[in-house]
Amino acid sequence: MSKDISLAVTDGSGANKLQKTGIALLAFGVLATIIAAFGAGATQPVLFFWLSIGFISAGTLVYAYPYFQHEAGIKNNNIFKNGMTNRGAIAWFTGLVLTGFYIILYWFPQYLEGLIRMCDPLSWLLRNKAADQWFLYGTLYTLAVLVMGFRFIGKYRHNRYQIIRTLSVMFFQLGFAFVLPGLLLMFNEPEFYFSYFWPLKYGYLWPNDINYVISSGGLGYFMIFWGAILTFIATPLLTYKYGKRWYCSWVCGCGGLAETMGDPYRQLSDKSLKAWKIERYTVHGVLVFIIITTIMLWLNSAWEGGLLGTWSGNFSQWYGFFIGSIFSGVIGTGFYPIFGNRVWCRFGCPMAAILGLFQRFKSKFRITTNGGQCISCGNCSTYCEMGIDVRAYAQKGKNIIRASCVGCGVCSAVCPRGVLNLENLRDEK
Amino acid sequence: MKVVIIGNGISGITTARHIRKLSNHEILVISSETEHFFSRTALMYIYMGHMKYEHTKPYEDWFWEKNRIDLLFANVAQVQAKQKQLQLEDGRMITFDKLVIATGSTPKTLEWPGLNLKGVQGLYSKQDVDLMEENTKDITDAVIVGGGLIGIEMAEMLRSRNINVHFLIREQYYWNSVLPKEEASLINKHIAAHHIHLYANTQLKEIIGDENGKVKAVITHDGKKIACQFVGLTIGVNPNINFLQNSEIETDRGVLINEYLETNHPDIYAVGDCAQFRHPKNLHPAVEQLWYTGKMQAETLAQNICGDKRAYERGIWFNSAKFLDIEYQTYGFMFNKPLEDEQSFYWEHPKGKIACRINFKAISKAVTGFNFLGMRFRQQTANDWIKNETPLQNVMQELEKGFFDPEFFENHYLAIVEKFNTDYPEMAISVKKKKKFLIW
Repeated sequence: MSKDISLAVTDGSGANKLQKTGIALLAFGVLATIIAAFGAGATQPVLFFWLSIGFISAGTLVYAYPYFQHEAGIKNNNIFKNGMTNRGAIAWFTGLVLTGFYIILYWFPQYLEGLIRMCDPLSWLLRNKAADQWFLYGTLYTLAVLVMGFRFIGKYRHNRYQIIRTLSVMFFQLGFAFVLPGLLLMFNEPEFYFSYFWPLKYGYLWPNDINYVISSGGLGYFMIFWGAILTFIATPLLTYKYGKRWYCSWVCGCGGLAETMGDPYRQLSDKSLKAWKIERYTVHGVLVFIIITTIMLWLNSAWEGGLLGTWSGNFSQWYGFFIGSIFSGVIGTGFYPIFGNRVWCRFGCPMAAILGLFQRFKSKFRITTNGGQCISCGNCSTYCEMGIDVRAYAQKGKNIIRASCVGCGVCSAVCPRGVLNLENLRDEK
Repeated sequence: MKVVIIGNGISGITTARHIRKLSNHEILVISSETEHFFSRTALMYIYMGHMKYEHTKPYEDWFWEKNRIDLLFANVAQVQAKQKQLQLEDGRMITFDKLVIATGSTPKTLEWPGLNLKGVQGLYSKQDVDLMEENTKDITDAVIVGGGLIGIEMAEMLRSRNINVHFLIREQYYWNSVLPKEEASLINKHIAAHHIHLYANTQLKEIIGDENGKVKAVITHDGKKIACQFVGLTIGVNPNINFLQNSEIETDRGVLINEYLETNHPDIYAVGDCAQFRHPKNLHPAVEQLWYTGKMQAETLAQNICGDKRAYERGIWFNSAKFLDIEYQTYGFMFNKPLEDEQSFYWEHPKGKIACRINFKAISKAVTGFNFLGMRFRQQTANDWIKNETPLQNVMQELEKGFFDPEFFENHYLAIVEKFNTDYPEMAISVKKKKKFLIW
């Protein structure tokens, strides 16, 4: 027998021990969070910040570490045998806790006072002002993207596209959606997110927001200019060249959370034809709605309220409530463990709708299929977070050009026969 | 006209779908395996928990009624060719105008003692996976006999549950009957890295059971005893044609067919794993047991049944597989040694998980085939080069055009060329500096 042949038949990864340690740290962090919420966070913010957020992060990192120890490759073992990732009781529990957290965050922030105060030291450091519920939310959100991004990189470390893409969403969340807006506040500039644009951040082209940003002077004008350029010039241009993935799975914060914290749930998206039909109505419906709202707000502003009175204001408030809060937050994120990680992006996001229209009708981006090599196994469709039946195209040897595809590249990664590839066709002369 | 198809695997279903595309014939598909078509290749992923059975169905359940393809969940006991009818196991009779036999395979076994013990099984059907689920509950050690594609899939399945795997292979290296030594030993190392215990040059002699009729060990031909609670038999598959014994349909290993997929009986055809060509072309196997060939045969058959008679033409051979984490794609006829009039160029990445091989005619230098391990390559490109007998030098110059790895992956082109120029200085090519990674 050759010396290349191992005689050892142990798993040898130590995964179980490490993962138990991780769970213990996580449990300790959750406990500390509960204590902090009951008031200890207000009295000893620094201590509880570390006990809570520090231990939760450390626990998750330790739990995810075994991904780096195993042979690099696809690691989807037991996903459909684990209640957490297969809509078991623990998944419903998690979904309800997350949903409840959103409801409290949006409408009853007074109950989060202990946790908000716990974030004061960081808030003062970064923004030179006290924390509020949105700073708490931003902190947790960013940590989730970073910590679960680490896990994602471990899981897909055989695939350089996945590693670089994940580093990108981690960078944009931390830098553009957390640190930079905080620093702007510290320097008494308007809070502005350079990685969000109309129509996802619908306010950025609404008269009220524009007036608020411009009132700060020079930098404000740049912000409006930036937002307008990104919406009207960069969006069509970049989507033409690279598909909507340049935004949805590389930059966007919602996408960033979906790709990192939401990765364990990507297989739960509905792949039926019926779901696709519903998707096309809802996502384009929201887009039409936001365009109408924006136009009305501008008309109303031009006529100084004479045209629609307060009606357009109400309209925009309702949009904010139903779409901005309930759809994108409560359902979009709260229900990760039940409906999958891209419910908002697929059924609701107006930005995804616009990018999708460009991608479908005017883009170089497509998923190409390698000849007749498809074995119809279904890994691609199962792990498509947007619920695209990728296999239906691959088994016919057809390229995939779908409005909803966010270009995450996981179909290509999980394909056991190397059939799928994300490509930007070069300009043919 | 009523077309009845026995078997709802890839061959039977592809035949049905294409007949529907071409005609208005009445179509009935009979299967005793599952009610709906599923992808057999995905069975391993059900066991490993990557997917559920539903996910392996390529078409939603409404598809069949919408496309007027009738499905019948039943077992065919007998074919009465002259009367043009089938008898089902429950006694019902089904008539047909044309019959397609697409019954696939069953796992092959040898006359080993202990074959009937509980815990001994092959892996082919949905039922086999269900049985494996039951047979591997709470076990610690498993033996797999036979180093082919199903064997390594079974090893991966068992490892996903941390079961110790003892993998018995007849050759020195994994799948060395097909893979050249370099590729096979690369896979050997990868198998070891997954903590799978490979027993090279080892054959099964006997399976031993306990007092309850459950397997407890195997004995190899050289007298080694390996304790185990499960034995997977993966030495190959045989056409599933027992039910045709008294049917006047000529069979050998499989149902005998000509290049039009016709049996000796007019209006009766066979397709896929269960069929055997009477006169296979040079180098082609008589029984083609591949997903791809099943699909291609079925498309040809549908044309024939719908009146556009044409011979089955497989085109340039191709196949693919995955050995644990390492993907494998092959184009052209590639055997474990180059053919007599061929030479072979081989490159392997220093980390030993990526490799490519190009075979070519010694005199004309025309390329004849490719093996790729751990790197993806465009089928169309390889296909065209082989078909057009493109000289090796031109292929090397353009090789990068066929790369199908995802963006940002390491670009191996320069390393491959460097090895080529060292091996074949008389054919050396020069290339401009290339991007280190595969980006736009």
